[in-house]
This record gives sequence, structure tokens and C-alpha cells, in this order.
Amino acid sequence: MMSPDTRIPRRWTSLDAGQAALPMPSTLVSVWSVINHFLEWFGDLGLFAWQVMRAAVRRPFEGRELIRQLDELGSKSLPLVALAGAAIGAVLSLESRSSLVRFGAKSMLPAALVYSIIHETGPIVTGLVVSGRVGAGIGAELGSMKVTEQIDAIEASGVNPYKFLAFTRIVACILMLPLLTLAADFCGVLFGWIAETLVEPVSFLRFINQGFAGASFSDFLAPTLRTAVFGLIIGMIGCFQGMRTKGGTAGVGFSATSSVVLSSLFVILADVILVKFILVFFP
Amino acid sequence: MMHPQQEALLAVGESAATLAIASSGGKSDGPAVILRGLHKSFGSQIVLDGIALTVESGETLAVLGRSGTGKSVLLKLIIGLQKPDSGSICIHGQEITLLHLDAMNEIRKKMGFLFQQAALYDSLTVEQNVAFPLKRHTNMTEPEQGDRVKELLAGVGMEGDLKKMPSDLSGGMQKRVGLARALALEPGILLLDEPTAGLDPITSGEIDELILKLQEEHDMASIVVTHDLHSAKTIANRLALLHQGKVQIEGSFEELEKSGNAFVAEFMKRDS
Repeated sequence: MMSPDTRIPRRWTSLDAGQAALPMPSTLVSVWSVINHFLEWFGDLGLFAWQVMRAAVRRPFEGRELIRQLDELGSKSLPLVALAGAAIGAVLSLESRSSLVRFGAKSMLPAALVYSIIHETGPIVTGLVVSGRVGAGIGAELGSMKVTEQIDAIEASGVNPYKFLAFTRIVACILMLPLLTLAADFCGVLFGWIAETLVEPVSFLRFINQGFAGASFSDFLAPTLRTAVFGLIIGMIGCFQGMRTKGGTAGVGFSATSSVVLSSLFVILADVILVKFILVFFP
Repeated sequence: MMHPQQEALLAVGESAATLAIASSGGKSDGPAVILRGLHKSFGSQIVLDGIALTVESGETLAVLGRSGTGKSVLLKLIIGLQKPDSGSICIHGQEITLLHLDAMNEIRKKMGFLFQQAALYDSLTVEQNVAFPLKRHTNMTEPEQGDRVKELLAGVGMEGDLKKMPSDLSGGMQKRVGLARALALEPGILLLDEPTAGLDPITSGEIDELILKLQEEHDMASIVVTHDLHSAKTIANRLALLHQGKVQIEGSFEELEKSGNAFVAEFMKRDS
């Protein structure tokens, strides 16, 4: 054993191999537990995605339920998404104006607003608003179905719940997110113009012409389609968290909250990664 | 790991047996349900420890036991909602523990399941709940489905509540609708999980009478999980008492009453 005066800074030595059987410090145990939990969650999510994909290619394709979900998750999210888009457009217009005036670039306002909304603000705001509304809705609905044995009842009647409940919701999210993004973009530009015209009147046509002067179709396409990935994330995580609910009402509450938190987190992460991809493929 | 030839034989066997059962309306010669050496554990907790039971077509078996003895788990194993750790489950001569999902779904169509809390789909009306299996598994037209739903709901005394939501129904009414839904595809086997739990004695009696009437009309094999000894005595031909994961005793109500086993005597005394 080393005397205190000969102690050297702690580092990995061959001695550590012999100490492996010693109990780990509590912080290490808790860190390991978190990592273990995280990896387990990912593994379960992968298995869930596999079950959904397997169910998706088998008949019947549950067209009616898909249409119901398109309405439930898409159409009913429209007012909230439009409102969020409008608010962002108005705020962006008001905030940008003073900065652009200071640099003598006031005429750039429509282009800056349109570019900002269609490239980033519209898609991410739509993604986050939908993950809040739809993620919580799916998590809570499927969670309560799980704890009241309704999902078991569906399975017991010979219907695949991965298809009937999960696949239809995931596809509805994938299809509706780009459309909702277009609605948010439109409302953002419209209310950006309204905010601008209240300060300094300008015709809508002129505002639009100036705004879209330098924009091409690919400026629209890639960021809008990016939201289909957000839809996949929101639908997949909401259904996964809902269908693995345990316990009673507390479990349902946890599923709803965790669906929103996790889907928002992964939407932001996906946004960062996809922006990089888009810059590579659509420079 | 299974040899490819074994897998192929199993697949052929599955299809043939499934077709045979389907074409015979969910019934075949021999016992409807045979359980052999059924084991199920959750972590270190052993729930079922070598259960062996047989239910003949047209017979009603009541499974009794204390809370947490795995009675509901037993039903979920039979309908394939959970997998046993080991053992065999034969439905109309078809081993189901190795079945693929599609083949299992074919078997499930021939079984009706009444859940403990009825498990009605709360976003659908009573009518839509009962029509749910018909829409997915039959080629009936909308009017035919409507007629069948009315007929099923009339059978359980709920014909006047077609448009009600499950939240508008009492516990007993929900059980009735659950029964109608379970019978929609004319199953050969009916599984009932605590059909009278949480109901007052009069409603429990009505549900018992309804189950007896439906059994006479449909001639099904039924497995009823219950705590309610009065109910078991009324509706079952045979009773099986589970204790510590095993079938402690099996026989008629009178045979259980006369049993010299201390646990059986205690159970019958407490519940009577």
C-alpha cells in the first residue's frame, strides 16, 4: 500500500483491473443506470419501429382509420399552427425592421422575412407546435387505451394494434406536417406583410414579389419536406410512449409528458442534422 | 433453433389446422382447449407453475383463486396476448404457442374475450364497438352489419342504447355490450375475465343469467375467471381452484365443497 506522501494523481493502472470487483461509486452507478436506461429505450423503440413496419406491409391497410387520423391530427392542428406562424411572421417583421433600417437595408425586409420563414422558422415552429399538440394527444390517448385494456381488446379481436393504432397515426403525421408547414409559412408571410404595412404601407403583391425575388423552388422543397421527418418522429415517439404505458392515470400523464418532451427534443436534433444535409444537397 | 424442414412442416400444419377450424365455424372434434404444463413467471415471481386443464366444447369451466394467482394471466395466455415461458396450449387441436401473428389472429377470430372492465373502445359508440370485429373480419354489407349489431345487442338487452358512448353506460351495461362484442364473430370459445366484478348482487345475477342464456344459444366452450363463488356455481359445469401457480383441485361445485383440503375448505367457506 502506498504511503500518503507517495500518492500520485489518479489514473488507470494495472492495479485497477484487480479492483474491478469493488463496488462502483454511487455517481458512477447512477450514470451507468441512466446510460443503460437510454440504450434500453432506444432498443425498445427500434423493436417497436420494426413491428410497425412489418404490420404496414400486410393487408388490410386501414384506409378509413388513416383518413380519420389525417383529420384528427392534421386538420384539427391547423388553427394552432396558423396562429403560431402568424405570430412569428409579425414578430419577425417588427424585430427585423429596426435592424435593417439601421443598416440602410430596409428594402431587404420582405426577402429576409420570406427566407427566414420558409427555411427555418416555419418548419421548426410547426414541428414544435405539432409535437406539443399531437405528441401529447397520441401519448395520452394510447396510454389510456393501454391501461384500460382497450389495446389488448383490439389485439384479442384479431386486429393488429401496431397497424390500426400506430401505423395510421405515424403516416398521418408524416403526410400532414409538410402541409401544415405550408400553412404556417403562408400565415407568417401574410402577417409579416400586415405588420410591415401597418408601419409603412406597401401592397401585398409588391411585398411578395420582393420577398420571393431571389427564392427558387428548392428553397421551398427541402425545408418543407424536412418536416415529414419531424412527422415521423412525433408519430413514432407518441405511439411508442403511449403503447408502453404502465400503471394508472399517473402512467398516462407520464406518457403524455414524455411524448411531448422527447418528440420536441428529437425534432430539434433532427432539424440540426437535416439542415446540414440540405446544405450539402441543395447548396 | 428450429430446422428449416420443421419450420416448413409447422407452417403447413398451421395453415391446414387454421383452415380446418375456420371452415368448421371455430369448432372441431375433441376438447376445445387443452393446457399442458403451462409455466409463466414475471421476473422472479412464478405466477403459473405447470397448469394442466382441459375444456370440452359446450362446457363451462370456472377458474377460481385468490387475487394475484394468475387467473387473468391464464386467459391472456390462451388468447395469445402473453406468451407462456413453457408448456402447451391447444385450441381445437391447434398448438398456438408457436404460431405466427397472422395464424394467431385467425385463431383469435374464433375466440371471444370479455375483459374485466369490459374494455370498450371509448371513442366509439355502443353500435360501433359491437360492429368493430364485423367490419374487420367479415364481408357483410353495412345494412347486414347493422342488423347483426342490433341482433347481438338485443341478445344482451341493450338494443335501445345503440348511439350511446361507453362513458354513458353503467358497469353492468358495459359488461353486456362487451359480451355482445365478444359474440360478434360467433366464437367457439368464450373467455370471461371477472364478468361480475364490481357489480351489485342483482346486476351480477342478471349477468350470470345472460351468460347461461348465451351459452345455451351458442353452445360454446367457456372459461370464466372469477372470485364470485355464487356466480361460478350458477354458470359453470366444472371448477378449478388455483393456488401457488398450480391447480389445487378440479371438479364440480359439490366436489370442491366436500374436499378435505384445508385451503379449498377455507376458500369455499370465505366465499360462501
